[in-house]
Amino acid sequence: MSIKHGLLALLEREPMYGYQLKNEFEASTGSTWPLNIGQVYTTLSRLERDGLVEPAGEPDEDGRVIYRLTDAGHTELTGWFATPVAANDRPRDELAIKVSLALTTPGVDVHQVVQSQRTATIRHLQELTRLKADANEQNDTAWLLVLDAMIFRAEAEVRWLDHSETRLARSRSRRGEPAPTSVTEDTPAEVRR
Amino acid sequence: MAKHAGRTAAARPAESAVIELRDVTRVHGDGPTAVHALRGISLTVQPGELVAVMGPSGSGKSTLLHLAGGLDHPTGGSVHVEGVELGALSRTELAALRRRSIGYVFQDLNLIPALTAVENVALPRELDGVRARMARREALSALAEVGVNDLADRFPDEMSGGQQQRVAIARAMVGPRRAVLADEPTGALDSHTGEEVLKVLRARCDAGAAGLLVTHEARHAAWADRVVFLRDGAMVDETGPAPTPDILLTGGTSS
Repeated sequence: MSIKHGLLALLEREPMYGYQLKNEFEASTGSTWPLNIGQVYTTLSRLERDGLVEPAGEPDEDGRVIYRLTDAGHTELTGWFATPVAANDRPRDELAIKVSLALTTPGVDVHQVVQSQRTATIRHLQELTRLKADANEQNDTAWLLVLDAMIFRAEAEVRWLDHSETRLARSRSRRGEPAPTSVTEDTPAEVRR
Repeated sequence: MAKHAGRTAAARPAESAVIELRDVTRVHGDGPTAVHALRGISLTVQPGELVAVMGPSGSGKSTLLHLAGGLDHPTGGSVHVEGVELGALSRTELAALRRRSIGYVFQDLNLIPALTAVENVALPRELDGVRARMARREALSALAEVGVNDLADRFPDEMSGGQQQRVAIARAMVGPRRAVLADEPTGALDSHTGEEVLKVLRARCDAGAAGLLVTHEARHAAWADRVVFLRDGAMVDETGPAPTPDILLTGGTSS
């Protein structure tokens, strides 16, 4: 997701100036994604340069410029909604890479890495759930959708961690190695090659 | 006993904990074939607190719940409910304490098919010796609390799975009981109905009950104040007390 398309979507509703865009953006993402006003103006000037938005008139007495969508901007926005988000648009692979490296790096306990991540992710899930419990079923639908998305993503991460642990246990028993007696036990790096 | 605000997980003296496990061990069998189901578990649940136990199957989480509820006996350590050590009770006293102080919500609902919702909920109170009319009144208010008082006169097979589960929770919480133990209470319910069940459990704990929830679903465990992780009978980690939710608001931004 980009701020660019977020702003285009807001301008599709009605022309707005920078501060309005900032406030509306934050309102529609339930303040999970705070913007600073600098980001808004930088993005607006880039959009204007690319011909996707234009000033809707002269600046008012406070120097504020109201922007509106151009036809090209409308086309861009329609295309954005019509295009599914590709998996590799989200650089969320750090965890997978970290766990697979933990497996092959001497002196690193992969189970400890998995458990630390699980605890952290569940903690995050608890925070999201608290926000959900506080939200109003009737009035906060947009915000609840955003929260649900974050909750399902965190849940998927935990399921992947569970799955990884099972896979590790299986490959260990196939190689005939004993299970670790305790995950928390402080094992010094035994073999360094 | 003072009810504290909940959502704090710091260790408290035993007097205020509703459920307390002290260095609890459970071994099945003996000699070289002995199975260590639990190894030295210590855990307290305060009034107002919901604690979730997570772990892979075989990690000991159901054993832990059975011990906390007096349905099984530890081979080492002690279990205390409302400050009473279960191991010191006679069989009759234990049965009475279980009925009076502890509510159970299990995967199989165990509602009695020949009884209506309100009769199912009133049953444990009548077994406690409460007069029928009083037991019925308590049952109706327990049903109202979980939002299904309009189903009072229906039989279990006239209700959906989610409705039956709410009735089971009402039965677990009817009367003055403050400890509620739940083992995968959302069972085969769909995700929306499952969430409703968790909300009911959460609300009961916010109202002062002490809840212990066993689940393998992260999304459900997340309703708890604290999540502890079991593995091979040992506690390997826990989330600790609830932080404030500002962390969310500092998430990454990119353009």
